[in-house]
Amino acid sequence: MRSGQDLELVHVTKRYGGTVAVRDVSHVFANGSYVCLLGPSGCGKSTTLRMIAGHESISEGSIVLDGHDVSRLEPARRGTAMMFQSYALFPHLSVRDNVAFSLRMKGVDKAARHRAADEMLELVDMTHLAERLPAQLSGGQQQRVALARALVTKPRVLLLDEPLSALDPFLRIRVRGELKRLQRELGITFIHVTHGQDEALALADEVVVMNDAVIEQAGTAREVFAAPRTEFVARFMGGHNVMDLDGTRFALRADDVRLDEAGLPAVVRGVEYQGAHVAVTAMAGAQEVLALVPEARFFENPKNPGDAVGLSWDASRLHRLTA
Amino acid sequence: MERRSTGFWLLTIFFGLFLLFLYGPTITIGILSFQGPGGGLTFPMQGASLHWFRDLFREQAVGDIWGAFRRSFALGLMVMVTTVIVSVMGGLAFRKRFAGSGILFYLIIASLVIPSILVSLGVGLIFNQFGLRVHWASSGFGSQLTWTLPFGLLIMFAVFNRFDKSYEEAARDQGASAWQTIRFVVLPIIAPSLIGVGLFGFTLSYDEFARTLLTAGSYNTLPLEIYGMTTNVTTPVIYALGTLTTAFSLLIIGAFLLAAWAGAKRRARLGSDAGKGV
Repeated sequence: MRSGQDLELVHVTKRYGGTVAVRDVSHVFANGSYVCLLGPSGCGKSTTLRMIAGHESISEGSIVLDGHDVSRLEPARRGTAMMFQSYALFPHLSVRDNVAFSLRMKGVDKAARHRAADEMLELVDMTHLAERLPAQLSGGQQQRVALARALVTKPRVLLLDEPLSALDPFLRIRVRGELKRLQRELGITFIHVTHGQDEALALADEVVVMNDAVIEQAGTAREVFAAPRTEFVARFMGGHNVMDLDGTRFALRADDVRLDEAGLPAVVRGVEYQGAHVAVTAMAGAQEVLALVPEARFFENPKNPGDAVGLSWDASRLHRLTA
Repeated sequence: MERRSTGFWLLTIFFGLFLLFLYGPTITIGILSFQGPGGGLTFPMQGASLHWFRDLFREQAVGDIWGAFRRSFALGLMVMVTTVIVSVMGGLAFRKRFAGSGILFYLIIASLVIPSILVSLGVGLIFNQFGLRVHWASSGFGSQLTWTLPFGLLIMFAVFNRFDKSYEEAARDQGASAWQTIRFVVLPIIAPSLIGVGLFGFTLSYDEFARTLLTAGSYNTLPLEIYGMTTNVTTPVIYALGTLTTAFSLLIIGAFLLAAWAGAKRRARLGSDAGKGV
């Protein structure tokens, strides 16, 4: 849905000497949506985020927000705010002074800026720790302070550079829920860089998969997972088999593969218990196929490595790849 | 207890000797400074007294200890402030590569390997050549900086190497100007290192000898004065001076440690969740 308030990249390119980090990328980030930039390291997703933030100059193209070209503006004048991967909380300032920093730079008096900071700390539930230094906070608490510090500038777009990577796995799941809730409440655009597909699927209204300096595919989480356009997307999202059938390449979801005596003959290579599913890897000729079999179904007729099995699927579930 | 190898004991003896070599002289001078009024420059002790400390505060037959101390202290402060300011600016400049940065770096560092006495000689010579008066606060100051600035700059290189650039980006993101970023973010974060560079600059200046020898002019700094006294003064008053200056240094270090400890204690009251999964 286009509106005048979207963030738009127009033929944006970033070169470092001879190497191209981002190649001619154009994309519209819908206002008020949660977007995940997903891809392996070195794919250009962080560079893209940093160009939007203004911490990286762009070689060609422009970045438009609210109908204005912001590509040559100072980071703080763009209407964006960034949350850094390591949070970059100023170690010498208390939590409150960290959050109030931008207001202090603007010359807002102490009482007013502390009031504004306390409001933000309230929002992220950190009021009780306002006097502490960043070194006295846990990773999750630091993350919330960094969030408050970015939000106090009233950004139109919040840019998050791998915001969960510094947290342990258990906390990561809780914090991503908080991020999503906050984005709903505030109604502003969040652009979240990550290399974890589960994180992107869980959070994003729109997933933008990048690879090798370009956008491979963009769409809702469901579209990207259920209908990968390219082999790269199918493999990167995981849970897919990429198969060569009669010279055409197809993606087939691993949970659409059934173990069935009548199907394609294959030999079990590995069995992995995953709780809800059992992951069975089988070789059908030279083709490796992954089947995610519901746990209960698997144990009706369990298989071991070396067993002969048959693999079957509905032909309608095969999804043709364009590249 | 686990049996130690022979190597362990050999290395322990070596380390003990090293410590003895390091602190033995200072301790010897410390003890001898409490020599009785009739005692001399060497053992045995002729009783124990504070006689030589009292003597230190009386008019001396030779030398101007307190004048020299004042000059050395003032010069030390001048060198300290200049070293901190110039090293920080230099360190900031060298964070980016610029045309000639490599050559400039080697030019700066080269001054560390030139023998000190030659620097002293050269500076004195140039001042004479241009008809300028050789004085501790002009030629002496300059020639000490040839020693402290490269050191200060090297320390700042190490400091900025470890400095996380995302602090500056976060500051810019928060609307800080280039100057505000330096003033409110970079300088406070590197402040402990700056205190280090400052103390280092002061110490290097305070006991600098060779570079000051031919550039101090008619008024001696403390090291020059003490060196002069070793040839003229034959009483333990010189030891008393040594003990007093050492105690003075320890006092300053102690004050810094105390301040750091008090700061840590005050912060600890707020509690910490660092490293916890909350």
